[in-house]
Amino acid sequence: MSLGRIARHLWPTVPVLIALVITGLLLVVFGVSPQVGFGAMLQGAFGDPSRVLSVAAFWVPIALASVGLVVTFTAGLWNIGVEGQIVIGAIAASWVALKFNFPGPMQITFEILAAMFAGAIWAGVTAILKTRGKVHEIFGGLALNNLAIIFTNYLISGPWQPPEGGTFRGTVPFPAKALLPLYGDSRLSPISVVMLIAAVVVVFLLLRGSYWGLKLKALGKNPSSAFLLGVSSERETILALMFCGALAGLAGAVRVTSWFDSLRQSISGGIGYLALLVVMLSAFRVLLIPFIAFFFSAVLNGSITLQLRTQLHSSLGGILTGVLVLMVLLFGELRQLKRFDERRVGSRPDE
Amino acid sequence: MKVAIRDIRKYFGQVKANDGISLVLEPGQIYGLLGENGAGKSTLMKILSGYHQPDSGQIELDDKDVKFSSPAEALANGVGMIYQDPLDVPSMRAVENYLLGRDSRINLAYSGATSEMIENASQLGFEIDPQAFIDTLSIGERQQLELLRLLALGAEVLILDEPTTGISADQKEGLFTSIRKLAKESGKTVILVSHKLSEVQELCDHVLVLCKGKFVGAVDIPCSTERLVQLMFKEIPPRSSRVSYIREQNLLELSQVEFEGERLTVTEINLNVRAGEVFGLAGLEGSGQKLLLQACAGLIQPKRGKIILDREDVTRFSYHQMRAASVAYLPAGRLEEGLVAGLSLTEHMALARPQQGFVVDWNYFQRETQSQIDKYQIVGRPETLVHELSGGNQQRALFALLRSPLKLLLLEHPTRGLDVLSAQWIWQLLVNRVEEGGSILFYSADLDELVERSDRIAAFSGGMMSRIVTATETTADEIGHLIGGEQ
Repeated sequence: MSLGRIARHLWPTVPVLIALVITGLLLVVFGVSPQVGFGAMLQGAFGDPSRVLSVAAFWVPIALASVGLVVTFTAGLWNIGVEGQIVIGAIAASWVALKFNFPGPMQITFEILAAMFAGAIWAGVTAILKTRGKVHEIFGGLALNNLAIIFTNYLISGPWQPPEGGTFRGTVPFPAKALLPLYGDSRLSPISVVMLIAAVVVVFLLLRGSYWGLKLKALGKNPSSAFLLGVSSERETILALMFCGALAGLAGAVRVTSWFDSLRQSISGGIGYLALLVVMLSAFRVLLIPFIAFFFSAVLNGSITLQLRTQLHSSLGGILTGVLVLMVLLFGELRQLKRFDERRVGSRPDE
Repeated sequence: MKVAIRDIRKYFGQVKANDGISLVLEPGQIYGLLGENGAGKSTLMKILSGYHQPDSGQIELDDKDVKFSSPAEALANGVGMIYQDPLDVPSMRAVENYLLGRDSRINLAYSGATSEMIENASQLGFEIDPQAFIDTLSIGERQQLELLRLLALGAEVLILDEPTTGISADQKEGLFTSIRKLAKESGKTVILVSHKLSEVQELCDHVLVLCKGKFVGAVDIPCSTERLVQLMFKEIPPRSSRVSYIREQNLLELSQVEFEGERLTVTEINLNVRAGEVFGLAGLEGSGQKLLLQACAGLIQPKRGKIILDREDVTRFSYHQMRAASVAYLPAGRLEEGLVAGLSLTEHMALARPQQGFVVDWNYFQRETQSQIDKYQIVGRPETLVHELSGGNQQRALFALLRSPLKLLLLEHPTRGLDVLSAQWIWQLLVNRVEEGGSILFYSADLDELVERSDRIAAFSGGMMSRIVTATETTADEIGHLIGGEQ
């Protein structure tokens, strides 16, 4: 193996190392040895089985939303509105949980369907704003995110306020049958993991083998050529966003029915934005999503322990993931630049 | 200001846009720069105005060597260019645009600038409200504003790229008067890039002709149109004998069709294309021929008139409906609006063919693509990404993607950038289509190609379609005249 080839194989680890070094330096600046700091994070994420389960429970909704985002990114759409779609999904699931009483497993089934439907509709609004109103999906999505959060706050401080009143934290806990069955006394629901696996498989097959996936790919790479080749950009834009919205809504349902047991003030807490980072890190490859999302979940859960042990704020985990994404994007670009240079001097890239 | 251009070379990949051009331009003179599309006129002017940097060669202003790394630097040295599309900021006021590019202090002296602008404008006979927003001004007024701005910034050499496209006859008259005044009274050096021979004859003192990146000749005005056409287009093409497959029946009928592009209105198009006919459209870029193809493809909706395709009224058809009605449109920009960079040939094949079911049968399309690759002699494999193909092979790929049979094929520059043999080969494919009864409506900047390949030809000039000529009874010469707006 030539030195060049070794370098190329090791290339993807470079941004990871740089991110670790930068975070390590931050630890040093705040007077914590990196060994202690990272050790605490590792301990916090994987120290005992309950912590691993907690990481997994936090992981499922992030991964679900990320899988949905792969579809919109493939179509060239920046679905920033995923955060709002998660929130609306959570609200819809809560509505069914609080206001209806279906027999047995029907209850949770309807909650999940309502959440997916609501997420899809919320994303559909962004889509229609884009195709009919010429509002870019980033701006439409951001506006709808805020509306969704405001709506949550209205519900828990108004119509869905617990009878004892005044807490402004959340609704009353849902009845047991309105919650997903949990594994042991963890917050992880095996059913949600099954749904995640199903979502990964479905999206993988859709993008690889279906006409729809091919159309989205063409649309994302060159809308005008795709149009001339017969792709209806409006239809596919709406469908892609609604598909992602449905998965985001499902993520919201998982949040209220397993991570929490009620609708809370910050029900998503930014996992939609986190999912955007996950997808960017995956370079839009759906099979990588579960692993990257799990890493994110581990870092973020681990940094809570970091805070307890070292008095450093737990946002250090956020800094680590943020720097990592920046580095991967930066080095991805550098690699493209290098390829571009090779092409300019006439030699073809050897991949 | 005296301008000397010495041995300028500029290559874009394989294309030699400027291949050793040397020119000397004297102050107080108006020069017309002529040449076919792709002759290198725009590249040369963009080099002179600092937009492009030459690969080699020198520019001298008043015998002083200069090198520009940006248009701003060129302007600081006295060279200003007015582009075909005015480079102003539409959401700002006229006076704000007027002040753009001034290396001034933080404080913009609006009141001073306003009166200065009004005074300068009146000297040239222009009337622009300094407070008007740019998007309320006409193209002609925006051009005037740009001219005022360049003059205020001290331009001594003025380059005008197709300045009369999209402006009214009155505005053109005003513009020409002011240009004459600037050259004769203020001693500016003026270069007019234009395809309209009548305008060149009207305004210029000298004509410079470029052909395939080289300077090929100069004449003084007055000069006959014949001589100009001959200089621009060189040899009259040899006539190859070609069989005509025209059938009796009309395939495409346009009556009194009117449509609008961004800056051009095309009116009163009356045209019949018969089954099996090859109909060629001549004209300079932006004269209306592309709009006509787009209207026939359902990409733009006519404002008035009727389009009949094979006895069916398709006037209000969308692009996708037209496609379903066996009309295909191949635009000029292969990677911009024909192929999807990043997708493979097989993926294109699956997209272009009618969808069957929900799941793509990749094995089938792999085989199908391989057979099309063989048939169209594309240098590539089914999994090759289209942007890795050469231009000629991309063109072949586009043809391989066309459905069969087709009623009407709309083509833009079908052989642009192809070598003689590839072009010949593409036309053989097209003739096969015609033989099957399909019709072709195409435009090309290559007059020889038009004369040689079409059954009938019409030219576009400023949104007007000329009379229709029969290819066997015309010459590139006559078409050159029609392009120039003569009837």
